[in-house]
Amino acid sequence: MRSDRTGRSGRSPLMLKLAAGAGLLFLHLPILIIFVYAFTTEEKSYQWPPPDLTVKWFAIAWERPDVRDALWLSVRTAATATAVALVLGTLCAAAVSRTRFFGREAISLLVILPIALPGIITGIALRSAFSLAEIPFSFWTIVLGHATFCVVIVYNNAVARFRRTSGSLIEASMDLGANGFQTFAHVILPNIGTALLAGGMLAFALSFDEVIVTTFTAGQQATLPIWMLEELVRPRQRPVTNVVAMLVVAVTFLPILAAYYLTRDGDQVQGQGK
Amino acid sequence: MTAAVLFQNVSRHFGRIRAVDGVDLEVAAGEFFAMLGPSGSGKTTCLRLIAGFEQPDTGHIEIFGETAEGIPPYRRNVNTVFQDYALFPHLSVLDNVAYGLRMRGIDKAARRREAAEALALVKLPDYGGRRPAQLSGGQRQRVALARAIVNKPRVLLLDEPLGALDLKLREQMQEELKALQQALGITFVFVTHDQGEALSMADRVAVFNEGRIVQVGAPAEIYRRPRTRFVADFVGSSNVLPPEFTERHGGGRRWSSLRPEAIVIATAAPEGSGPGSLAATVLATYYHGATTRIVAEAEMTRLNVLVPASAGLLRPGDRVWLTWQPDDLHAMEDHA
Repeated sequence: MRSDRTGRSGRSPLMLKLAAGAGLLFLHLPILIIFVYAFTTEEKSYQWPPPDLTVKWFAIAWERPDVRDALWLSVRTAATATAVALVLGTLCAAAVSRTRFFGREAISLLVILPIALPGIITGIALRSAFSLAEIPFSFWTIVLGHATFCVVIVYNNAVARFRRTSGSLIEASMDLGANGFQTFAHVILPNIGTALLAGGMLAFALSFDEVIVTTFTAGQQATLPIWMLEELVRPRQRPVTNVVAMLVVAVTFLPILAAYYLTRDGDQVQGQGK
Repeated sequence: MTAAVLFQNVSRHFGRIRAVDGVDLEVAAGEFFAMLGPSGSGKTTCLRLIAGFEQPDTGHIEIFGETAEGIPPYRRNVNTVFQDYALFPHLSVLDNVAYGLRMRGIDKAARRREAAEALALVKLPDYGGRRPAQLSGGQRQRVALARAIVNKPRVLLLDEPLGALDLKLREQMQEELKALQQALGITFVFVTHDQGEALSMADRVAVFNEGRIVQVGAPAEIYRRPRTRFVADFVGSSNVLPPEFTERHGGGRRWSSLRPEAIVIATAAPEGSGPGSLAATVLATYYHGATTRIVAEAEMTRLNVLVPASAGLLRPGDRVWLTWQPDDLHAMEDHA
């Protein structure tokens, strides 16, 4: 009876390992193939296996002005959208978690809604709004589009931390002679800092690889993901696209990893003295 | 002499809830003053009015002769020990204690020295380097106390400071708080729902109910001469007796209070039974260690009697006689 049970439990982890390995392979093999093609010498078609390997595409990608422009636009967009999100998301989270007012729950829901809404709806809505208001497409229309979902990310992170930070900390600070600014600098910011950093990095990563909303709000401008999409239909220096893909993966994956580690250890309630 | 804290007809309403309703209060300088009442009686709101976290809707507040309404908490020479201690989790114990000095712009060496002194005063001299999360509840309580007194406030406010501690630690902290108050000479205003704590520690007690002060006085006065049925009931567990009973036993037609320990219980009828004597039947007895509580019924009224545990055993159904000094049957303000 006993040996039978151990025998079975000895077999099932092997099956489980195989299944898990197959699942991970299914998820990540295509990405690995993308990486491999960044080093191929064949530039017209995706030939497997690559006839030969080279690193020249990295230099070529760096030299191409369209890649540089797209990269620069993406970085500026992501940075600006994140900055806007940090300010608005934090203020909104502070208002919702620190005060009680009529319609508080509704506001909370409305702030979170853009992330639940399909990107295509957000995109179409913004595009019609811009054309109704006769706002021409510009850098700021892209930023605005991205800010709609970046605010949600920052808000969610900040609101969770605010809830875990005891309200009497702020009163204690005021009681000990700190005015509003001092309290913000010495008590509130150190307590929500990692949450904001994590939220900001997630927002940056989301903005950096966003396609759907951007297609509706960018006009003729190309952010890096849009540029890649356009590049796929033009068979010219194809591996350059793969080099850019590696860059996008790095820029989006590293912040998400960092955000995970920053918020992982924050489970205990901040400032709950008991 | 100027009062440490003065309330003149102060009210604070939250919507339709009258948290504080027309309170007059005077706390003398150097006094250990307790605000006692059940939860929702307005005592904590009064404390927050002194601290500056709340502003009065009407009325006038003075702290050492200075008008307090409109002055934010950070410009008051008053410090608070919070119920949940509210220690800053991201700062060390020493930095927590030095926070108030830092906000006042005192240089690093001086504030570290003063914070270390304050920690020594609360008997935590070597804990400066730790984080609040590494301390026990009792230690956090002491840090919170040190963080407040290091600023040398003129009034120290304590919001249920012992509520989260276990019984043994609470008794120890009661003694230490009292000793600290006498050593520092700071006015302490102390909020509690524990009548034993208020009676044992305070110079004077204000009993709160429904946003109003029902009675202010020395602990012995509050205990022996409760003004209303509420006070008699809340402070200690008195026998609250109806007007008819008071009238039959030599008082006026008013509700009266008779403390359980003021009643003498006897198994034989006393000679020449006077006004303060009553034949009763024992209903139940409860052993409390040092004392025994006996529930007896006389004239359709239930009476609690507290006797030393060494007194002879009584059983339910026993016939007994209850006597008390006429003075102990205290007539209160409540009429029929």
